[in-house]
Amino acid sequence: MIYLQTLLGVLVFIGVGLSAGWVFREMLVFITSRNTGKFLRTAPLTACFGMLVIAIYIICAVFAPFIAPYGEADILSGGFEPWSSTYILGTDNLGRDVFTRLIYGARNTVGIAFLITALAFLFGTILGIFAALKGGIIDQAMSRLIDVLMAIPSLIFSLLMLTIFGTSVLSLVIIIATIDSTRVFRIARAVSLSIVQLDYVEAAKLRGESTSYLILREILPNAMAPLAAEFGLRFCFVFLMISALSFLGLGLQPPTADWGSMVRDNADLISFGDITPLIPAGAIALLTIAVNFVVDWLLHRASGLKD
Amino acid sequence: MPNIISMIIKRLGLGVLTLLLLSLLIFLSVEALPGDLAETILGQQATPETVAAIRKDLGLDQPPITRYLNWLGGVLQGDFGNSLALKKPISSLIAPRIQNTLFLTLYTAAIAVPLSIILGLAVSLFRNSYFDRITNTTALAAISMPEFFVGYIMIYFFALSGYFPSMANINANTPLLDKLYLCFLPALTLTLVVTAHMMRMTRAAIINVLALPYIEMARLKGAKPSRIIVRHALPNAIAPIVNVVALNLAYLITGVVIVEIVFVFPGLGQLMVDGVKFRDVPVVQATALIFASAYVGLNLLADIISTISNPRLMRQR
Repeated sequence: MIYLQTLLGVLVFIGVGLSAGWVFREMLVFITSRNTGKFLRTAPLTACFGMLVIAIYIICAVFAPFIAPYGEADILSGGFEPWSSTYILGTDNLGRDVFTRLIYGARNTVGIAFLITALAFLFGTILGIFAALKGGIIDQAMSRLIDVLMAIPSLIFSLLMLTIFGTSVLSLVIIIATIDSTRVFRIARAVSLSIVQLDYVEAAKLRGESTSYLILREILPNAMAPLAAEFGLRFCFVFLMISALSFLGLGLQPPTADWGSMVRDNADLISFGDITPLIPAGAIALLTIAVNFVVDWLLHRASGLKD
Repeated sequence: MPNIISMIIKRLGLGVLTLLLLSLLIFLSVEALPGDLAETILGQQATPETVAAIRKDLGLDQPPITRYLNWLGGVLQGDFGNSLALKKPISSLIAPRIQNTLFLTLYTAAIAVPLSIILGLAVSLFRNSYFDRITNTTALAAISMPEFFVGYIMIYFFALSGYFPSMANINANTPLLDKLYLCFLPALTLTLVVTAHMMRMTRAAIINVLALPYIEMARLKGAKPSRIIVRHALPNAIAPIVNVVALNLAYLITGVVIVEIVFVFPGLGQLMVDGVKFRDVPVVQATALIFASAYVGLNLLADIISTISNPRLMRQR
């Protein structure tokens, strides 16, 4: 019985999600200019659903204090209150409102994941393009070093680093940004290797432009498209990684609301048939699925245009 | 033939070099610790004399190079030093857990590999149909889910109804059948996560082969689609598929850490996470080295197999 119900629930969710995606697309087409509208019309419903979800998450993150009924770390009652009209999703092990923390989690978890991805891209792309531009021994030395760093699985590496530097938000940001910048380095280097050989880069070099000018003004703009898709994928990896670390109790530390640690704190409820801990986990899954759908569409477009 | 052997030796040499660099990195990262191990062990009781005594005991008074060589020598003989939190030799902690983790990984591989290859074949046979699209989208969604989400969903659906236990509490004396039963949910969770990856990559590998002219020839002479896939495309896609399998087994290594926590499974991943929590540096070093070696080894295997199966790759080097 429970399986049938769930199957029905999933089907209804997919149906509602796709129709909401369709409505969202029509809305976007209506309010944007003609050309953007044309472009948006090519998006499949999954991608529209993805964009809608991302938009909702951004709204939650930005307006968290206005949407959430209580304060982020307010202890309101005894632990594990059931779902009710006062506490929409009940309270957690310490008696904090789960719904409130879910909203604030959008701000903390997604915000930090975004910050880390941005940092990783900043360092990864600049160093990657630098290596491709300089070539020779500098390129070789940097690439081999990165190869060694990439030979360690990223979760294992971050666990090792967290042991050494301790678990604080700062060390979390620095460690994961460093690990991920190695992956970005590889992509950025590969993309810019072909750009570096083009005539206009040669011309800029002959003009005597500085290295930073070459990287930022000549190469980066032309490597933007593949890097943008990579940004979405990287964001998913980073987001899943900090959620996993938080779930292990090594990521964002309390009382900061965070989805990974919310799952861990309330995991015991599962054994009593209460699905509350699945909700923050589902929030993580939903966002990564949404981003992946959008990236999938963009990648598909990019490869289609090439043919 | 000598070509192949020299290639394998070259790759193995490169792999060993990577492992050496890794061990150096893991060793050095602990050097960067603020304070030193002796003070960490003693904590509040640290007086200059006791610190000096422990430093001598652990060999911390020697230069880093000597210590690195000693540590590496010990590791090669299976001696990882002592755990700080549990005051026991790490090798005795690791031995049973490594078996459990290996068991779980192989169990998962035994389900996931055949399943994902069959699914990948089916999907590429019916590519661009609704079946293909739905499977692909589902796989994309499955890849995006955190392992613990899948794990708890499994618990919610299969453990609460009493079909399978939610805790995989096994030890060396558990009979094999019981082990298979107890570990079913963790293995299923890992399978779901890995199958999606493997299926997508298998599909991509076969579709790549399907774009080649000889497949078009087969199609023109009127061969059935199923025959084209199985007889013509599959033999040439085996190399990339084996590559995919090895890469995903390497991926399993990280997934196993989270799943072990969800199902309270006494494996290596749990040992590592506990080590990180108590800042038990030698334990973390040892487990990180084991995980990293397995990862490097599997990647190396994938590399060697794909090179052997595609002689063109060998010419370039």
